[in-house]
Amino acid sequence: MRSSFRARHPWLVFLTRRLGRFVVSMAVVVTAAFAMVHALPGDPVRAALGLRASPETIRATREQLGLDDPLWLQYVDYVRGLLHLDLGISLDSQTPVREVMAQLVPATVKLGLAAFVVCIVIAIPVGLLIGIATRDGRGRTVHLGFGGLTGLALSVPDYLLSVGLVFVFSVSLGALPVAGMTGAASFVLPVIALVVGPGAYLARIVRAETQGVLSEDYIRTARAKRLPARVVYLRHALPNTLTPTLTVCGMILASMLAGTVLVESVFAWPGIGAELVDSVLVKDYPMVQAVALFFGAGILLINLVVDVAIAAFDPRSTIKES
Amino acid sequence: MSWSRRTRHHLSSPLGIVTAGLLLLLLVTAILAPPLLGDRADEIVVGSLQSGSSAEHPFGTDALGRDVFTRTLVATRMSLVLALLVVAIGVVAGLIIGAVPIVLGKRAGRVVVAGLNLMVAFPGLLLALFLAMIFGVGARGAVLSMSIAFAPSFARLTHTTASGIANADYVSAARLLGVSRWRILTRHVIPNISEPLIVNMTSQVGAALLSISALSYLGFGVQPPSYDWGRMLSDGLPAIYTNPAAALAPCITIVVAGLTFVLAGELLTQILGGHHHGHLRMPSRLSRRQGPEAAAPTRSADDGDEVLRLDGLTVTMPGETTPFSPVTDVSLRIRPGEIVGLVGESGSGKSLTAMAAARLISYPGLAEADVHRIKGQELRLMRSRDRERLLGTSLAMVFQDPMSSLNPTLKVGRQLAEVAETHEGLGRRDAWQRAVDRLSAVLISSPEVRAKQYPMEFSGGMRQRASIAMGLMAQPALIIADEPTTALDVTVQREVLNLLQRISEQTAAAVLLISHDIAVVAETASRVLVMYAGRVVEELPVSGLVTDAAHPYTRALVASIPDMSTDRSQPLASIPGRPPHTAQLPAGCAFAPRCGYADDQCLEHRPELVDSGRGGAVACWHPLLPAGRAPQGMAGPASVPASARRVAAEGEV
Ligand code: SF4
Repeated sequence: MRSSFRARHPWLVFLTRRLGRFVVSMAVVVTAAFAMVHALPGDPVRAALGLRASPETIRATREQLGLDDPLWLQYVDYVRGLLHLDLGISLDSQTPVREVMAQLVPATVKLGLAAFVVCIVIAIPVGLLIGIATRDGRGRTVHLGFGGLTGLALSVPDYLLSVGLVFVFSVSLGALPVAGMTGAASFVLPVIALVVGPGAYLARIVRAETQGVLSEDYIRTARAKRLPARVVYLRHALPNTLTPTLTVCGMILASMLAGTVLVESVFAWPGIGAELVDSVLVKDYPMVQAVALFFGAGILLINLVVDVAIAAFDPRSTIKES
Repeated sequence: MSWSRRTRHHLSSPLGIVTAGLLLLLLVTAILAPPLLGDRADEIVVGSLQSGSSAEHPFGTDALGRDVFTRTLVATRMSLVLALLVVAIGVVAGLIIGAVPIVLGKRAGRVVVAGLNLMVAFPGLLLALFLAMIFGVGARGAVLSMSIAFAPSFARLTHTTASGIANADYVSAARLLGVSRWRILTRHVIPNISEPLIVNMTSQVGAALLSISALSYLGFGVQPPSYDWGRMLSDGLPAIYTNPAAALAPCITIVVAGLTFVLAGELLTQILGGHHHGHLRMPSRLSRRQGPEAAAPTRSADDGDEVLRLDGLTVTMPGETTPFSPVTDVSLRIRPGEIVGLVGESGSGKSLTAMAAARLISYPGLAEADVHRIKGQELRLMRSRDRERLLGTSLAMVFQDPMSSLNPTLKVGRQLAEVAETHEGLGRRDAWQRAVDRLSAVLISSPEVRAKQYPMEFSGGMRQRASIAMGLMAQPALIIADEPTTALDVTVQREVLNLLQRISEQTAAAVLLISHDIAVVAETASRVLVMYAGRVVEELPVSGLVTDAAHPYTRALVASIPDMSTDRSQPLASIPGRPPHTAQLPAGCAFAPRCGYADDQCLEHRPELVDSGRGGAVACWHPLLPAGRAPQGMAGPASVPASARRVAAEGEV
């Protein structure tokens, strides 16, 4: 019975299972964010407010955070709060975390998405073209040059690249703004800093996949049919590189989210990444928890979307059966 | 190559020299700089705060007036030590977590692996930042946070490598013998995973260096008055307008040091993996051809109705020392409606001949021919667009493996329809209609439904029929089928061959059937060419295959035709020895080492392909007489050749 149900509704089974995994992972992330505060050595409130805080302030803050309740109750309250999008009050600014987040998240998302789009628009065609140029072991020089360039790009981490970019374009040339989010020009340097490494990685993967696919028998068949080169590459080769490309795109988007932490710090970007650094330094727990949830949910969501996209677009995909 | 020789070989390569040099530099600086320069680095130069670079201070001074260059050197030790600590702790933690599934068994293992997969999805720096809140700010906290963030990826590497070994036969055997899990782990698993782990660890030191520097830069790591490169960067960055060197110097050292370890990992992989970069010699187009018709052979000049004429085909491939020719001087003529078989062992050049006939030899191979005509049109004189259209409409290919020769991401109907769209400008709907029609022509039931399916929904025989249908989208004059039945079940083989025969009869399309199986050719073709070591050694009508074969190789092939009891998957078992590689051909007849009739002449001079006088041609010094007259079996060579040669000579006259 069950196997026939599975055979008749592969999508339903796959989606249920995949969503189930998402929910479980999300629960783990939520619990980890909650546990983080309680894993701290000593009194978290004293640690946050400092030794000079008066006992009254400490007591009031403990109450505000609900730290005197039994642990299970705290957990229930925490989860219930989350369901109502109540993220608590920032210890540092004494404003609701939700309001702070509402201000910061758009800046980070804009930066991350801009970088992601630029990355894909450049890296995939470049990888494809180099893959075509190096098919069947052709173009040794091109291959070596590409390997060297992307290797270099991969070995300069985003934050150091940011410093270099600031030095060249802002300090030396004075061409671009050095910090803050002040319009289109202010996106240029942070986006470059975020794109170079992941872009080089994506281009490498696409190149290797393209080269591999181009030596497949079905490409020989396509050539035997005398299809124009454009059709051979775009219709016959490209879709076969989809699964690895999508997987890498998901990884890249996740790593760009993390990259925003450093890049935002260098460029004083008013986003969630820079905020995370400050909140951790001053031990603003509610803020850190909220940021942890944001990043956690973001990454899990990206993985979910990638898996569903692979299942939907790649007819060979066995992801549905696994 | 022995291990030590390999090490020396790789260390003397440019990559090896650069890597070793950089490593040495880092090491020496880390050891010597703090005791020698430590005091100078803390020295405050009064009156020169954040000055730019000068002769005295090449990288200027920092906010307190200390020399940036000296501090960069001194910081090497701290930065390296922290990175090494991160990897060391991370590896130990990773090993422990990664070994858990092996020691604790399946159920606990699955939970751990699921947890690891979840952790690995999160970028390490993010994890480290959250952990930094728990472990506190400072070098110790940063190292702990970072190594825990690193542990999951090590754990997963340990686990995947180890589980491969844990499933290996000798480990299962040990388990059956009651060896404890712990002993299996220490005796079998750990020694075998150490190699990939060491390589990975080395490059991870680079990654750890970048990450721990990032933590220090953000203010979580080393606290003043201590300093590492990351700390220096965060101190220098605010002053980037007045003294950029104070920010750039630590940046550059971090990148260079990180790169050094990545290169070292690369080098280790090469040494342990024993990669050897051979260099292939590429074939170059020999300008041995004078003109398209200049070297046309004297045999039948009239080729008005041939669908394929190929004269003097040579295919060249790059070799280790010099280019070699897996196909040499092959000529082929095929008339409409004719089925010609091309047989030979693998490596005989038959498939390359087929590919060259279809102009599908791809880089780095090179195909050259004196004459290459399809339907009487010389391909080499055509504009490429006309040539592609001619080939696309009058030539069809069927390849060996139907599993891999159809595109898995496109619907079968689409793959058929695009032929008509490309070459005949048909609209989408008309092309699709024709695709459905051709699918039904190759006896695929409910073709409308099948056309909408992907190749993986087809069975092997059905895919091969779809491949044939693809060739029928236009009006092919020639179908080149390269081992079309080899990958199929015996029952399906017959179907596909019958289909090819039927198409040939109905449409007058010629078929060039390539097979290693002379039985397949004998059942289907009317004429057969036998290839050996890149050359045609005999050509004859199939009707004379059993009786008239003149070449000892052909005879042996015919003798190997199986009756019902023979296993066909073991081709040519009856001929002892292997064919020579075409890169190392002997001077004389290539078949001589396996030939019972070989004499000195055979060993020294290569026989040319000449008319055999039996409706074909043969390349042999001592052609055998037609059966009945020829001595059967491996008779003494001395008596046979003379008469046989006479037969060949008569034919030539
Ligand atoms: S030429 Fe000599 S060695 Fe070669 S096949 Fe003929 S008899 Fe044998």
